[in-house]
Amino acid sequence: MTTKSIKPEESLGGTIVHGLPFPAELTPEALAWLRAMQPLRIEQDYHITYLHSYGQDSPWFAGLTNKVLLGNRERTGGYTYATPRGHGMYDGEPTEWVELPQEGRVHAFTVCHFGSEAFLPECPFILALIEFDGADTLFLTRLLGLNPEQASLAWIGMRVKAAFVRNAKLRPTDVYFVPA
Amino acid sequence: MRPVYAVAGGVSKFTKARPDKTFQAVVKEAYDDALADIGLEHPAFVEQVDGSVASYFSDHFTRQLMAGIMVQDYLGLCPKPSHRVEGGGATGGLCFQEAWKSVASGHMDICLAYGFESMSHVETWKGNEFIALASDVSFDYPVGGFYSGYYAMMVTRHMREFGTTVEQLAHVSVKNYRNAYHNPYAQKRQRISLQDVRDAPMVAWPLTRLDICVMSDGAAVAILASEAGLRKLEQAGARIPRPLVKVAGIGRGTDAMRMSDRPHEDYDSFMRHYATPGEKASDETRAYYRRLWDHGCRYPGVHSFRAGRTAGNMAYKQAGISDPLAELDFVELHDAYTSSEVQTYEDMGLCRYGEGGPFAASGKAFMPGIAYGLDLPEAPLCPVNPSGGLIACGHPVGATGLMQNVFGIWQLQGAIAAHFGDPTLQVQNARRGATHSHAGTGTYVTVTILERE
Repeated sequence: MTTKSIKPEESLGGTIVHGLPFPAELTPEALAWLRAMQPLRIEQDYHITYLHSYGQDSPWFAGLTNKVLLGNRERTGGYTYATPRGHGMYDGEPTEWVELPQEGRVHAFTVCHFGSEAFLPECPFILALIEFDGADTLFLTRLLGLNPEQASLAWIGMRVKAAFVRNAKLRPTDVYFVPA
Repeated sequence: MRPVYAVAGGVSKFTKARPDKTFQAVVKEAYDDALADIGLEHPAFVEQVDGSVASYFSDHFTRQLMAGIMVQDYLGLCPKPSHRVEGGGATGGLCFQEAWKSVASGHMDICLAYGFESMSHVETWKGNEFIALASDVSFDYPVGGFYSGYYAMMVTRHMREFGTTVEQLAHVSVKNYRNAYHNPYAQKRQRISLQDVRDAPMVAWPLTRLDICVMSDGAAVAILASEAGLRKLEQAGARIPRPLVKVAGIGRGTDAMRMSDRPHEDYDSFMRHYATPGEKASDETRAYYRRLWDHGCRYPGVHSFRAGRTAGNMAYKQAGISDPLAELDFVELHDAYTSSEVQTYEDMGLCRYGEGGPFAASGKAFMPGIAYGLDLPEAPLCPVNPSGGLIACGHPVGATGLMQNVFGIWQLQGAIAAHFGDPTLQVQNARRGATHSHAGTGTYVTVTILERE
């Protein structure tokens, strides 16, 4: 076997550039010049699909598909979470599922005019934290039915109600809130 | 624990992109900067240093796992011990404190803390996505993951709760940008007005582009040593600047990843667990807080960072500080947003909860001798972010907390003019300063007290 035959299979596909300027002879001067060379930059793609499990929080997403908003409650003391949580922050024990009211109030909000790549097409959109009677913590959601161009602190405290998408995607956006 | 000295530091210029060098080589710049400051060449230093701690936030930005060991290798520090720390935006602060632990515990006499981030490899909106993955990917990120949005929600609540105004927030931006005009390491050096801040494009209501820090490429390093470590370095030929800078206290706190899970505690719980000793001792302040609670305020809610308050209280206790505004000569804090600087004034006890807005516009946190173009009612008392902070210097996440500590070291060494080529930002007779590093929506927070001997 000769070493001449040991080489990768060549193809045109994936070639970035044909022929990059480079010293024809590697003289000491030419080698020194390499330190002044502009950096080469190439694009690298990276795509991946995750199999994400909602684990102990799964019933919450199942609830949304049935137009039910669930929360969790500590068995000791009754501290109630409006965003699911499998174990209590205070008693350390497994929480129980409870149904949350479908009306609440805006606790805080913003209008996103810019954002992550995944959500850019949806800008501007309203994010809000919702407070519920009988719950000790909040719930992050999208708020619809208000003009994003007319943001106002007066929105805080506004009564809002849950609405559910018709075709659930098993995402937290299967529920959203609108003015009550 | 034994005394630990912050001997020297180095910073690469923070900038939008550094395509000219790989991340290892950018760290090397900061490393060489620190070694030059004590007059040691690499071979002499590497003979003495016992190990290191690496700081970088995201594996996504570089698409490179175990980037820390690549830096360790590039710097020529193998096979000395090292490990990576990661805690979101507080990674740099955590790294500095881990290096402190290595020395304070006696495990090492000399420890190098280095940090970096290369955020320019993706577009800004993709970077926002990576950063937003530091929120719960089941319940937060899919709703519209965007950190500026999260912070904007906090500030709308702060405004509603305490009457904070966007003009008060804008004072922070004007201050930090104007300070950075004198800092050659800063990414953004511009003189802006309150109106410029409000006229800038809206990002997440009510925060505009000038209320928010930018993404950056950059690196920073700090060298920490015990007394024995100081002797070893000097015997190797190092010129350790005097007066020495000692790490006088460290503190840390945490909070729930999801803002929605933050507690809303009553007055008694706040006073028992979170009030500063000064707040507890003041009849007037207790009455002030009682009025806030009577009006519906609960703690920390989403308007305050109990992790920051916890870290501050812990660090102040170790350093023997009871009145931080009077006893600190400067603070370098994590102003990823103008609003978070205002929130942090309160967490760090520079003012009471609810008074961060008026404090921002009072003038107390400004530098003396700089024309800000503002009508400030009070004289500077404790400059906050004299360097320009994250808003103007930039925020290459893993480097940021270390950068803050390096600027703190230089302030206490009286060496700002030497490093900046401009004396304007030198806090005169600086004896003690605090650095504050902050992650997520207040999930990990560190406070470090640096003190001139």
